[in-house]
Amino acid sequence: MKIKLPVLTGEHFMNGDFACAEGAIAAGCRFFAGYPITPATEISEALSRRMPQVGGIFIQMEDELASMNAILGASCAGVKSMTATSGPGFSLMMENFGLGIMMEIPCVLVNIQRGGPSTGLPTMVGQQDMMQARWGSHGDYEVIALTPSSPQEMFDYTIKAFNLSEKYRLPVLIMSDEIVGHMTEKVVIPKKGDIHIVNRKKPKRGPDKYLMYRPEKDLVPCMANAGEGYKVIATGLTHDEKGYPDMSAEAEEKLITRLCDKIRKNKDDIIEFEVSELDDAEIIVAAYGSPARSALRAIRLARKEGIKAGLIRIITVWPFPEEKILELATKARAIIVPEINKGQIVREVERCSKSRCEIISLPKLARIHTPYEILNVIKEVNNT
Amino acid sequence: MSRNDIHPMDKLIRADRMPHIWCSGCGLGTNFSCFLSALDQSGLDTDKCVIVSGIGCTGRIPGYTNIDSYHTTHGRAIPFATGLKLANPELTVTVFSGDGDLFAIGGNHFIHAARRNVDINIICVNNFNYGMTGGQYGPTTPLDAITTTSPYGNYEHPFNLVHVAAGSGAVFVARWTSLHVRRLTKSIKEALLKKGFTFIEIISPCPTSYGRRNKLGDGLEEMKYYQKNSVISHGIDPKDTDLDLNGKIVVGKFIDIDKPTFLDKQPDLLSMAEKNKK
Repeated sequence: MKIKLPVLTGEHFMNGDFACAEGAIAAGCRFFAGYPITPATEISEALSRRMPQVGGIFIQMEDELASMNAILGASCAGVKSMTATSGPGFSLMMENFGLGIMMEIPCVLVNIQRGGPSTGLPTMVGQQDMMQARWGSHGDYEVIALTPSSPQEMFDYTIKAFNLSEKYRLPVLIMSDEIVGHMTEKVVIPKKGDIHIVNRKKPKRGPDKYLMYRPEKDLVPCMANAGEGYKVIATGLTHDEKGYPDMSAEAEEKLITRLCDKIRKNKDDIIEFEVSELDDAEIIVAAYGSPARSALRAIRLARKEGIKAGLIRIITVWPFPEEKILELATKARAIIVPEINKGQIVREVERCSKSRCEIISLPKLARIHTPYEILNVIKEVNNT
Repeated sequence: MSRNDIHPMDKLIRADRMPHIWCSGCGLGTNFSCFLSALDQSGLDTDKCVIVSGIGCTGRIPGYTNIDSYHTTHGRAIPFATGLKLANPELTVTVFSGDGDLFAIGGNHFIHAARRNVDINIICVNNFNYGMTGGQYGPTTPLDAITTTSPYGNYEHPFNLVHVAAGSGAVFVARWTSLHVRRLTKSIKEALLKKGFTFIEIISPCPTSYGRRNKLGDGLEEMKYYQKNSVISHGIDPKDTDLDLNGKIVVGKFIDIDKPTFLDKQPDLLSMAEKNKK
């Protein structure tokens, strides 16, 4: 028996963690497994209350290794699933994030980033796991990681994360941060019918002809769930299209190339960024997550002073908007990259800009940059 | 193909994956066959049966089984199986894995799934060592046993798996050897049909890695050892079932109780609301 309240349509005053939980419910997530950790615990608390209301399952696992595996299992049974954590838990999840990549299991992993390494600063903000998101599990693969900047975006991009995970069959990362997770703002939840939902492709052939890992044109295979009679065979070993282990170099080449290409070749469909005042901008700020809020204020203040400043707010940090950064670097004098870490995504900006303009890293730890800190750097560049 | 070429369990085997990777004299073929017979006899709709494993020699069993099968990462089969079962309660989910996988790297998952009474079945093949990596000592290796990482004799005390399972809250606990084909098959069938977290330990020969170094002879000789030294003691206190290097092997069904499962205890919000109204 369940009380159906799947979408809380209306205007709310809600923090980012709760908005993420509501986004998950609205996206159709009906299984959440997690382990308490600051500053992501509110997502667990919200879903422990909400899941029974919508006929879903909430389970608090023994650790984050188990949480990640439980959501993979649930997704294999055909139920959209999510987990949420922060730095130390994210490290533990990396092992089976890789299993999700290899078995091509849709699900969503939320990281409300705090200060690290190790136990670090549990209650303060960080963006120090951005490269771990890209490379944290062993082996070669491509990932999708989204970086919301507000509670509203925590709702919106949790839904998008589910849609991308179902479309491309992989665990999708939401790389949020403590400020966005704990910030309370207006969140507008649309009507159920106005929310765009994507579901995984079902097999088009019967069990006799279905192959677990035969890709379609978009390089994504159709997915049979457990219990549907398809005699699913899935393994973390390198495998062929049938799903059978194949311990050959050729099989590794073929499989890993496809796993990378299904993201690389569909990057135009996946990549999202937002630009402000970029048309004539000579000094550009590239930011993501909470610092992007300060950056927007900074470029507006700069404009008031007659400086041609603009902002690119990167929403899909992975795959990285390489071509857009190169295009901007070709036109701009400098790109400033404020991040709450010692300089991680600035490396990507440097790589993609091919030295066409100056790249300035603006690292800061445990606190958000003030707009004036960013403005001062804009002015320094303007005066040189 | 003539009738004689068809194995009676062929419908449940991915025959195109044969030959399997297991060594001659290994107990896994027998254990696998017992599972398939039990599954067949259980009357369960095999389209709704799922098998999950971690890593190791036993971990290869799902890949040979012609039902929905998931070969996950080392130690993580139980939480993966937990997700499958809770997301779709119609499924009968069995984890078939080895002692190192389930009780060293995966030990924490085992005790917590048992504590929660998640309705899944665990079959653990205990061959007293890490077979696939060449025979290192593990959490069940008896004291003084020789392995590739205990060349002077194992100086760690082993787990008694049935005691661990019972202490953690399993509702069904049994132990057999690979020799006890009929009794093992019956136990697996019972476990498949039992509601709640069930555990079956299979003591199984690993002549290549463990038997050879501990002078237990080939697979057949190890079987003869089981025949001579197994003692059936149904209902005995699990703490009295410790195993050692050359001693008796107490087998049987030790626990068979009923208690609410994780899913049985899910909150029923409608009836809670009704109660509050009154």
